[in-house]
Amino acid sequence: MTFIQFLLQQAINAISIGSLYALMAIGLAMVFGILRLINFAHGDLIMVGSYTALLMLVAGAPFWAAGLVGIIASALAGLIMERVAYRPIRGAPDVAMLLTSFAVTIFLENFAVLLFSPTPRPFPAPAILGTALQFGQLRVASVDVVAIIVAGVLLVLLTFFITRTEVGVSMRAASQDLLAARLMGINVNRVIAAAFAIGSMLAGVVGLLWSVRVGKIDPLMGFYPVLKAFVASVIGGLGSLPGAVLGGYVLGILEILLQGLLPSSLTPFRDAFVFVILIILLLFRPNGILGTTEREKI
Amino acid sequence: MLKLENVHVYYGHVHALKGITIEVRQGELVALLGANGAGKSTTLMTISGLLRPRSGSITYDGHDLTRADPYDIVGLGAIQCPEGRRIFGGLTVQENLLMGAVRRRDRQAVRQDLDWVCSLFPVLGQRLRQTGATLSGGEQQMLAIGRALMARPKLLMLDEPSLGLAPLIVQAIFDVIRQLHEQGVTILLVEQNARQALQVADRGYLLETGRVMLSGLVTELYANPEVERFYLGGAA
Repeated sequence: MTFIQFLLQQAINAISIGSLYALMAIGLAMVFGILRLINFAHGDLIMVGSYTALLMLVAGAPFWAAGLVGIIASALAGLIMERVAYRPIRGAPDVAMLLTSFAVTIFLENFAVLLFSPTPRPFPAPAILGTALQFGQLRVASVDVVAIIVAGVLLVLLTFFITRTEVGVSMRAASQDLLAARLMGINVNRVIAAAFAIGSMLAGVVGLLWSVRVGKIDPLMGFYPVLKAFVASVIGGLGSLPGAVLGGYVLGILEILLQGLLPSSLTPFRDAFVFVILIILLLFRPNGILGTTEREKI
Repeated sequence: MLKLENVHVYYGHVHALKGITIEVRQGELVALLGANGAGKSTTLMTISGLLRPRSGSITYDGHDLTRADPYDIVGLGAIQCPEGRRIFGGLTVQENLLMGAVRRRDRQAVRQDLDWVCSLFPVLGQRLRQTGATLSGGEQQMLAIGRALMARPKLLMLDEPSLGLAPLIVQAIFDVIRQLHEQGVTILLVEQNARQALQVADRGYLLETGRVMLSGLVTELYANPEVERFYLGGAA
């Protein structure tokens, strides 16, 4: 295999994983933008969707149906989370909201452990996602290609949503100045619910692709994805949607780049190197690459 | 049209409004004057439903607003243009204006109002596609007022529209306020700049540390030596 082909293969790998991080980060950024809350339970929405899909698959449903139900389950879980855990404490200090998100995470993860046991279960991938495509000397996992395409489509749809629909523009307004948005008579409850619903749906999609990539699911599977999503959001600029997307791809590319460049003795410490580089980046641009500069004025 | 009766508002333990009684009749332009911290913005925030009175009542157009939600209050046509502009910096001028009309359902009329606002403030019409953050202070104030007007307010509440602006721009803005008043819009104007406010108002209230100290027709307020000394620069 030539060097170009190797590069291309790694590039597809990087963009694929970057797409997943980007979609996750958007969900986090949407909620953070309006509520100033980092919903760490966002990762568990991946888990909810994946287990729901698995149950459907075990019951004999075709993959597309199981996937759809899984995504809907994630969206519903996100909406319930908002209604039950976050709406009652709206207006509380940031620390209280952060602690609540930890509480939700712990609750969901342990509930899943009780239901499904901590043992990872295999996640059967359908033929379309499980094959390796061959282009001459180039070998590409089909799930990677699908991830890139799906992410592309979703990003286009999202862009349309936040620029052309009333709810979408209201969401942007609310994330810039919540008080002014309320003074306009924007239905803040509806906008927040929409942010959670969309973000959770995206998490559901990421969950499916992630589960196929990794091949198995477990109750704690959401931990690393939400951490990566949070980091991606911070790099790109917390609260900014384009920032979340940019951060996701930067993180994905950085990971694969280091995976390839580090000597084999150091590859287990790849993440450490990635984070060191990100710390350096944040030293120069503390608000992230596309960061919103001002905090909300009281 | 709007009546506050003995309204008490607290920020935690701080007693911000101590029994405010204020009235704004249909078609009037009423000025709410006072120094920093007197409670003027607090009064507007309470009317808009972002703060809840601990006691007292607020009635508007026959509705009881005391425990109402901002969403419903805007629906009734009581619109506030808040202190410090608070425009949406990341949204374009057009998006800002359309956000002002977000509560309305009549698409055609909204389009017409957009043209009307741009005729009142031509500079907005020139900058429709620019983001709010790129506008100057005066332009942002015009955008904020325009945004409020997009809601077709029955009661327009302006919080310190002259704050931080050059005198020429302040003149231009107050010309528009005067125009709106002549067109019959009911206006409650909060201002530290007492001179400007009294030039356009019918009546005024003077607030001091949460209480209404003085009230009356503008002519009466002008004649009052206290007002003259503390708020209008005073005689030598």
